[in-house]
Amino acid sequence: MEPLSWGAILAAILKQFLPVWIALAVTFALSIAYKRKLGLYGRLFDSTVGMIGFALVMFWVFTALFTQMIVTHDTLSQISQMKNKLPGTPIPDGSAWYLLGGDNLGRDVFSRMVDGSGVVIKIAPLATVFAFMVGITLGLPAGYYGGRLDMALSFLANLVLAFPVILLFYLLVTPEIVQTGLPQYMAMVLFLLPILFLVLLLNSRFYVKPNFRNVVVALVLVFGGLAYLGLISEAETKINILPQALDLIHVPANILIVFVSVVFVNAPTVFRIVRGLVLDIKTRDYISAAQTRGERPWYIMLWEILPNARGPLIVDFCLRIGYTTILLGTLGFFGLGLSPESPDWGSTINAGRKLLVIAPHPAFVPALALMSLVLGLNLLADGLREESLKD
Amino acid sequence: MLKFIARRFGLMALTALVLTFIVFTLTNLAPNLEKLARAEGSVRMDDAAIVSWIEENGHGGSLIGRYSQWLGVLPGWVRTDEKGVTRGRCITEGSDPALAPAYCGILQGDWGTSTFAKAPVSQVLGRSLASTGWLMLVVMLVMVPVSLFLGVAAGMREGSRLDRSISTFAIATSATPEYISGVILIALFASAGSGLSPLLASWGWIEGKTLFMGTSTSAVDNITFWNFTLPVMTIALYGIGYITRMTRASMAEVMTAQYIRTARLKGVSFGSIVVKHALRNALIAPFTVIMLQFPWLLNGVVIVESLFNYKGFGWTLVQAAGNNDIQLLLGCSVVAVLVVLVTQLISDIGYVFLNPRIRIS
Repeated sequence: MEPLSWGAILAAILKQFLPVWIALAVTFALSIAYKRKLGLYGRLFDSTVGMIGFALVMFWVFTALFTQMIVTHDTLSQISQMKNKLPGTPIPDGSAWYLLGGDNLGRDVFSRMVDGSGVVIKIAPLATVFAFMVGITLGLPAGYYGGRLDMALSFLANLVLAFPVILLFYLLVTPEIVQTGLPQYMAMVLFLLPILFLVLLLNSRFYVKPNFRNVVVALVLVFGGLAYLGLISEAETKINILPQALDLIHVPANILIVFVSVVFVNAPTVFRIVRGLVLDIKTRDYISAAQTRGERPWYIMLWEILPNARGPLIVDFCLRIGYTTILLGTLGFFGLGLSPESPDWGSTINAGRKLLVIAPHPAFVPALALMSLVLGLNLLADGLREESLKD
Repeated sequence: MLKFIARRFGLMALTALVLTFIVFTLTNLAPNLEKLARAEGSVRMDDAAIVSWIEENGHGGSLIGRYSQWLGVLPGWVRTDEKGVTRGRCITEGSDPALAPAYCGILQGDWGTSTFAKAPVSQVLGRSLASTGWLMLVVMLVMVPVSLFLGVAAGMREGSRLDRSISTFAIATSATPEYISGVILIALFASAGSGLSPLLASWGWIEGKTLFMGTSTSAVDNITFWNFTLPVMTIALYGIGYITRMTRASMAEVMTAQYIRTARLKGVSFGSIVVKHALRNALIAPFTVIMLQFPWLLNGVVIVESLFNYKGFGWTLVQAAGNNDIQLLLGCSVVAVLVVLVTQLISDIGYVFLNPRIRIS
């Protein structure tokens, strides 16, 4: 078979992404049709910048969802004749093409790029959610109570922030550290805070309805506790509390350490932002009103202050997912944590950079993918900021 | 003011102490020491031999004790074996143990010996920091003027076409981490098979095969435009995006102030308003941002030096971590932590100095 021309490659790629185009079209049609009923999300469709950002982000979300329909080849199978082959080269048996060429081991660059989106879309938002829960649970009382508690927590946060990120990764994400069980101990502390957050949230809300509150809090404790133990306990490691039958969540040690270190790096910044917002909001009249009414501190923090701080927090959430994506890429770039086989973008760039001068495409393709996702998140944050300022 | 600076210094010293202790703990974990024993002693040692090697070479005992020795507040360990040979932390091999100093740690200026470079850590660090210093200097010379100029140009007329295009550029570059822009720049300018170089070479505009060089190993000895442009551009691009956005926001805010409107109504020309009235007030916020960029530049340096194989501080850090070189890694950490803390301090104090509202109160 003949190698494909650039136009034919583009057409073939666009065709491969067909499920994504359909999903995007449906999302946009529905959202624009009902945009007046959808609050801040609906108003996003009034700003061009926001729409472009949202489209870029959703493109990668849908790509991650429909990976199996989009990929053209298995991401791990190697064809030795296809090493470093240019985009559009047909494979030896003539049945198909490597749309974006082959990498240094003869794997399909296009399929690996598509498959790599899954790693980012799975880890980055979840890690950011965890970082936010940790930052909010610690930042609210620090800002609201102030004093010694604030001083101690701020000192700890500044301590983590003074640590150069790459040095931290190099110290935390090594096989030796995983051997000592340190990531699991860190996970024990970090994952406890989201459960604490949910319990405090529900307890303060339904405190006046004790029966209902008891049921809700018990449910959170049972399911959250089970998920918590399942996450941190893993067979044949230092922490193995839960019996095998109950341990439903299996997280490989290297993914857990990547997750934990990314949460650990992000949480102090979120803490600082939340603390600053609380210091500002707690001087408002409606807070004094709530205090005069006799509301308890955690109710005021979680149900009076937090909802009023949502604007800046949502914007920062989008930016922070982008930053987390960059951090994940950095980890992959230095070959830390994720296995070298993994199709995630950072690791692929790392594998491709050694031959960059001869064959740039294996590194170039994931680089563009990562850039477009981060750009989309930044544009989305900009759009959201503009729209939320219009209130 | 003096009290403020003293307080900041105290806090900084405490932070540095805690951070170095954490790094010391993480680099001296049991598996790291075992690996060190195998590398320095012999690969075929059994578990008992490893334990005794660790004990013999001063890596046993309490963590606090070892940290204090490393810091130089406790006397270094001294041990005499069965053959009557006295060895110790402060005794260089072959010298007279009686003449060796009792204390030798960071505070005495003794940073230990690097097992990877087979040289004193201070020497290795000094050499690599000098290389990185040149890189940083050029980056700063490119990054700061360009981004301040772009930011002021975008912010002086908010919403204009110039503002829109500069802002888009700034968002795009600040969404591009160094390992992406580096890859893209190399593919565009330094690859013999793709990008601009083959085109320029066929037109006969450039002498070599590529416009710029994809590695900067040679730049350690001899910096040229050819081998230094790409690493500098890669680091500067990210910072330019960020500082431009900050300057633009600050400038746009100043331009809406009452005194600008007053000057405008009095008939002062637009150029004169921007240069004489707005610029000074608009540059307070970017100053802090530029200072706080240093820690991030440190990250950029590690990535770019690995990507372009430039043997500076970042490259040394990666090698130290990859080769389990405990002393060198500790030295790198001390430098990195100090850079971050000192820039935070300068940015805090500088902010107070620059901002008259804070300075007077």
